Amino acid sequence: MIATPLSQHFPHALTLQSGQSLRDYSLSYETYGTLNAERSNAVLICHALNASHHVAGVYEGKENSEGWWDNMIGPGKPVDTDRFFVIGVNNLGSCFGSTGPMHANPDSPQRVYGADFPVVTVEDWVNAQARLLDAMGIQTLAAVMGGSLGGMQALSWTLQYPDRVRHAVVVASAPNLTAENIAFNEVARRAIVTDPDFHGGHFYEHGTVPKRGLRIARMIGHITYLSDDVMNEKFGRQLRDAVRDKTLDAVQSQEAGAAGLFQGAGAYKYSTQDVEFQIESYLRYQGDKFAEYFDANTYLLITRALDYFDPARSYGGDLSQALKRATCKFLLVSFTTDWRFSPKRSREIAKALLDNQRDVSYAEIDAPHGHDAFLLDDPRYMGVVRAYFESVSKELQA
Amino acid sequence: MSDLSIQHAIAQLVPQGSRVLDLGCGDGAMLAHLQKTRGCTGYGVEIADANVLACVQRGVNVIQFNLEEGLALFGDGSFDVVLQIDTLQHLRNAEVMLRETVRVGRVGIIAFPNFAHWPNRLSVFKGRMPVTKRLPYQWYDTPNIRVGTHADLAALAERNGLQVQDSFGLQDGQAVRFLPNLRAGTSVYKLALPR
Repeated sequence: MIATPLSQHFPHALTLQSGQSLRDYSLSYETYGTLNAERSNAVLICHALNASHHVAGVYEGKENSEGWWDNMIGPGKPVDTDRFFVIGVNNLGSCFGSTGPMHANPDSPQRVYGADFPVVTVEDWVNAQARLLDAMGIQTLAAVMGGSLGGMQALSWTLQYPDRVRHAVVVASAPNLTAENIAFNEVARRAIVTDPDFHGGHFYEHGTVPKRGLRIARMIGHITYLSDDVMNEKFGRQLRDAVRDKTLDAVQSQEAGAAGLFQGAGAYKYSTQDVEFQIESYLRYQGDKFAEYFDANTYLLITRALDYFDPARSYGGDLSQALKRATCKFLLVSFTTDWRFSPKRSREIAKALLDNQRDVSYAEIDAPHGHDAFLLDDPRYMGVVRAYFESVSKELQA
Repeated sequence: MSDLSIQHAIAQLVPQGSRVLDLGCGDGAMLAHLQKTRGCTGYGVEIADANVLACVQRGVNVIQFNLEEGLALFGDGSFDVVLQIDTLQHLRNAEVMLRETVRVGRVGIIAFPNFAHWPNRLSVFKGRMPVTKRLPYQWYDTPNIRVGTHADLAALAERNGLQVQDSFGLQDGQAVRFLPNLRAGTSVYKLALPR
């Protein structure tokens, strides 16, 4: 399936939750499949922290350019683009095409927004997404779907536009972040903000990129997206090959008894700054890769949106009261080893929906991969989502 | 787990349009039947992945968790009927679940294999644990970790101060009201909190 990135410009101001507004803005998006004559088969996919509107398919002539949820969405896949018209949209403040901190600030046209880009919330994103649907002539979504922060947007859709959503699929998400989760975000933000190359968020005009901060932010993120078990299985205490070879040489030159002592333990370099363990190498690689393409201000904005999301807040913390507005049907999915968005948090959403007698199914997948599981191919997970979308499709035909 | 004749016999105890919670709902057949024939709504609870999938495929709401964790997800009296069909005998906390069933539901309907059914008694009399169509497992690999009789549940209900609104046996899809403890392979109770 070939994907084509599109862009929609919105000339009218969008008022944000903060009271600030974006005078005009653009949203990058992609669509897959065909909108039916009734315009009833649209499925909106909301992205998480570092993803984009490129949800599925590949770009013409570009190998390895699969969308971030290509295993889930496409012809014959659980979210079947032969039946559904699927929309991926890049959120405001992101760095993949939609209006964000690296774009020109209309209030001072010689300058890009940088740190002056207004703080955007999940609710603001949903409002912008709704305007995109308006522009496309789509009144009602067959389903809105997302994982993690994307799941928060899906949940928010059901509260902000209950009449425009028939189904919500909320995967590995939460009704708000716990203190521990906010803490992780804060460490990542401090890493970026204290990088001397950050220049108070106006690094573009200094021709610098706060890569050190971005790398550390990404490293922390990666630790929290995996489970202890998977990390141990993948990396354990393994040393990098170069180091190990040296160890083996050393071991071979020793007498048998002493070799026995060192085998398995390996030889350390006795350095404090070299990359010795495989896990270090992996995290540095992930950090380097991320720092090449991700925008520092976007990282700050998106983690802040995560921190702020809390639909129960205006109901004295009562999630059941907050979710009263949601009238659509829900599928919730969580993963047992996900400690960043744990099953407990999905159960809170389930309970609030049960309290309101809403249609909800909840699958708790016993997968080993931690939070990352929502992007991976677990047959139980894929099977449940497929079955759910088959029922959505049946409903459309009825 | 439970066969169709038991499900259909029990479905008749569920009033039209009830809000139903089916604990250990299996593949969701019972709830689908209640939705279709009696206009009921509600949820199933299951732990097995394959059953959760089957429920979603049928369009039955299902919540995946282990019943041993209790029913904290559900509010007091939030259902007209809570079903426990061939579930109680699998639970370590069977007594707690019995109380939880009538806390969450205005009525709890419990069905489980009656160990005092005469062929079972005969087998034990001969010195062997029964292996029958209703109790198809060998003693060493049975998931039925709570082995009780129709009469035992009456005693347990009384011990917990629960009101027995009805109780009878089921055999070959038919209600057994005369000597059910001897003549029925399945025991059925309709329980509630005392008014």
